[in-house]
Amino acid sequence: MRTVAELEACVEASALTAEECLRAGEDILIHWLLAHDREPTQDTKEGFRLLALQRQGSKGDPSFNACRETCRELAYHYNLVTLEPDHKDTGSRLSMAWMLAKHLVLFVGGKLQVAELGEFCCSSKGLRLKSEAESELGI
Amino acid sequence: MTTLIDKIDRKKKYKKVAYYPGCALEGSAQPYDKSTRAVGKELGLELVEIKDWNCCGAMEVKNIDPEIQTYLSSRVLSDAQHKSKQDVVMAPCNGCYHNLKKAEYDLENKDKSRAVTEKISKKAGHETYKSGDVETIHALDWIKFGYGEEELKAKIKGGLKGLKVASYYGCMYTRPRHIFPEKDQGGDSESTSKPHYMDDLLAIAGAENVEFPLKTACCGGAHTLSDSDMSTKLVLNILEAAEAAGAEVIATECPTCHSGLEMHQIRALKRLSKNTNVKVVYFTQLLGMAMGLSPRKVGLHANISDSVGFMKQKGIT
Repeated sequence: MRTVAELEACVEASALTAEECLRAGEDILIHWLLAHDREPTQDTKEGFRLLALQRQGSKGDPSFNACRETCRELAYHYNLVTLEPDHKDTGSRLSMAWMLAKHLVLFVGGKLQVAELGEFCCSSKGLRLKSEAESELGI
Repeated sequence: MTTLIDKIDRKKKYKKVAYYPGCALEGSAQPYDKSTRAVGKELGLELVEIKDWNCCGAMEVKNIDPEIQTYLSSRVLSDAQHKSKQDVVMAPCNGCYHNLKKAEYDLENKDKSRAVTEKISKKAGHETYKSGDVETIHALDWIKFGYGEEELKAKIKGGLKGLKVASYYGCMYTRPRHIFPEKDQGGDSESTSKPHYMDDLLAIAGAENVEFPLKTACCGGAHTLSDSDMSTKLVLNILEAAEAAGAEVIATECPTCHSGLEMHQIRALKRLSKNTNVKVVYFTQLLGMAMGLSPRKVGLHANISDSVGFMKQKGIT
């Protein structure tokens, strides 16, 4: 499997096909799950492994839902491109799928590299031991 | 489903609310504060700034100890109720809005949060906030329901005249879903997966909403200090996606997102030689101008992203 750096370079380098966008999204989620000692699922959700992987990543960690909509939009744009390949907007739809894949890779990749910052703004976790903070505050 | 009685009730309740600007609106997001107050005044909505408010705990305190953050937010709610005598708090900042909502949820559901809040509140010598005593709303709710969409139509002078706008909500306005029990309730409630309140208000003001799939994606705000290059890349992607969607302006409702988009737009040009032309403007600034307020009155000149000339060119000012 490609490394996180390789994935980032790939999505930043040039426009991708719809299939490549989806694979890039799946690969970064697999990295996330492996880094958290979880076996990435082979299941699909609504026909997409991408969505099943995102759901798996958010189990016990609701903050991971911060990338849920990006995954769903990526799946949606994949469908638009592959189900209506001759549509007049296929070019712009593909370009949007690529930007969605790029956002997903950069965002999750960034989180993998700066894990010590704690979780997302929307559901952060304590970095210091609770007891330490509590004793300092006398509570 | 929202009934007519609910609508009338909300209109009454939101007409005069406690105002919690939060730290950002006193600093980098002064134009958001200025335009929020100006729009409220124009619409006859009253803001009572909470006396002696404190930081909501933002990201910094939450990352160290979430219960202390809950206490800090609860103190704001307590002050709104007991010192400012209001039962609705309006917070325009997504971070503050999110944290007050989270405090409400934690105080309702977590024994430890209640115990810590009670202990510190006693020590600090103020009334302990009890969940359910105060309702927290966003500036979007305040305008949409406190004034009303039909009524807003009548206030639009000139409007935004087909200005192509991508509404950018950021990540904290709708997530995590469980702290926003009023959302996803059908009818005219807000959607957590596809928020639309900002789109609704700007459409009333004459804007043309563009399809923008990254409207709730992270702006990289949490990475800004630790990994600026990552933030720049995330923002650049958002700006490019908005432009690809046809947007001339990105409307914002969060001071962290807004500052990030503005600063990293400049940084992307300097560091990555990537230029984007889309303008970054608070939704309250757009609404204010659509109602005939001058750019100066809504603080447009104080934004980093210079859009005064562009707005003139579009005939909006």
